[in-house]
Amino acid sequence: MIKPKVGVVSCSGECCSLGTLSRIATRRVLEDLKAGETVTICLPLFLAGDSGERMFARQFPTVAVDGCHKLCATKAIEKYSGKTAATVDVESMLEEHGQNPPASRRLLTPEDMATVDSVAGAIAEKVDVIKGAQDA
Amino acid sequence: MSERPILIIPCSGIGKPFGTIGRDATFRVVDELRKGKAETNCLSLLVMGDETATEQIRRSDCIAVDGCPLECARKNVEIAGGNIAAHFRVMDLLRENRGLRPRQVTFLDDDGTRLSEMLAERIAVKVDELGGNSLD
Repeated sequence: MIKPKVGVVSCSGECCSLGTLSRIATRRVLEDLKAGETVTICLPLFLAGDSGERMFARQFPTVAVDGCHKLCATKAIEKYSGKTAATVDVESMLEEHGQNPPASRRLLTPEDMATVDSVAGAIAEKVDVIKGAQDA
Repeated sequence: MSERPILIIPCSGIGKPFGTIGRDATFRVVDELRKGKAETNCLSLLVMGDETATEQIRRSDCIAVDGCPLECARKNVEIAGGNIAAHFRVMDLLRENRGLRPRQVTFLDDDGTRLSEMLAERIAVKVDELGGNSLD
């Protein structure tokens, strides 16, 4: 039986470096940690695209990756597409672990990349939980 | 020359290098080339329907930066009631520079970086033409 892939949708917020963090962690999951098991869509397509894009969260159980407490990805997905399967709130995660956001929105340091890895790991854990529920 | 603040809104598309190029070029302008003369804001806030972001868009001259022909940045700004003072498309720049073939999405390769630098220069010139007033 072919299992449906898991959607991972990042806010990619431009107003602070947390958006960069969420975006790069999402790419790491798509390209590396869960390659072949995950798919994504550009968040702005929910509003700018057609009804096909709005089927995304109904077609794929979706993890929203939000840079900050505003939770734009979660709210936009649920407004236009469907209930999210999970949310990773990067700002809350950093607060819990005492990690600092990157100083730059564009250039990440080795320390920032370690933070990317921990966020990517959290996303991958959510993917595993969703896939485990599919198996049950 | 406009007296309105200037907002640069990239699509930040996550599936192909073109969205990364537009995002990177935007940060080059607002954080380096024309720091204090233009700003950016989260496109995902507009997608979510955030009132403060929508009001800010409506009182600004917006430069939309789109990676692909779907033009999510331009469309979302227009849906929010914003004024598109200028529109840049990474695909157009790519057509003018056919020797450059960007392939990396997460972190730009050399060709992607070159395109980002060229795009940033063009956006910076447009900021100057529009007056480049700070949001403050």
